[in-house]
Amino acid sequence: MRALLPYPLLALMLAIMWLLLAGVSPGQVVIAAGVATGASHALSALGEASPAIRRWLAIPELAGVVFYDIVVSNLEVAGILLGVRRMRSAGFVTVPLTTRSPSALAILSIIVTSTPGTAWIDYDAARNEVLVHVFDLDDEAHWRHLITERYERRLMEIFQ
Amino acid sequence: MSVHLADVPLWAAILAAFFLALGAGLTLLGTIGLVRLPTFYQRIHAPTLGTSWGAGGMVMASMIVFTAGSGRLVLHEVLIGLFVTVTTPVTLMMLGRSALYRDRSESNPHVPPFGRADATAEAPDGE
Repeated sequence: MRALLPYPLLALMLAIMWLLLAGVSPGQVVIAAGVATGASHALSALGEASPAIRRWLAIPELAGVVFYDIVVSNLEVAGILLGVRRMRSAGFVTVPLTTRSPSALAILSIIVTSTPGTAWIDYDAARNEVLVHVFDLDDEAHWRHLITERYERRLMEIFQ
Repeated sequence: MSVHLADVPLWAAILAAFFLALGAGLTLLGTIGLVRLPTFYQRIHAPTLGTSWGAGGMVMASMIVFTAGSGRLVLHEVLIGLFVTVTTPVTLMMLGRSALYRDRSESNPHVPPFGRADATAEAPDGE
């Protein structure tokens, strides 16, 4: 199976993307399968290890949490920009991480960046620490807790 | 694919207008923030309004109009939202890291210095 389709998840996503763009018909399904298989073999030439997903159920849970947080932080940052909420000081927070899985780190960086109000600035691989800039910094411990307990813990459930 | 706006039912039009106004409003607000905020690190936060719910609202409005107007599910706009979300960190990290590198090279007291990421305590208020 692995030899035939090195990255099953990627191939599936590519096929879905193709069908979304081209429309679902028997001919397009054949082309989508061909493109997905070809593209995943092209990626395997780069030699990236395919991430093993341990707990699928944790994915919708994480997606829900992130969706909710993005809505809330949009309102918060919009409130500050409109002058409704008073802005406290902005500043850097160093967050020590536990996971070293490249997939978990990549997704964590997307979550932190997509959520308005936090920006992933720098990652120190030797210390496994990430430097995050927070727009509305009231309590550093709160943000460390948010990133490690709310996101990283769920990502570790998914990937390790 | 073409959809006549007259074919879009009123409820869908109102819902789409709401999402469109929300998305466009947040994006505008983010742009104003980008111009008006005082420091670089604060400025990089403002446009994320446009790349999260700004884009999300517009994508949602588009899906509602085309789904309601054509009578079949139109979802491919989701890909726009997905790719905007996944690619934003690339540019943001590049800009953020170059700014940080310069500030550290200039020993700017407001940023944590080289090699001592835990030194943020020295600049509690950042800005």
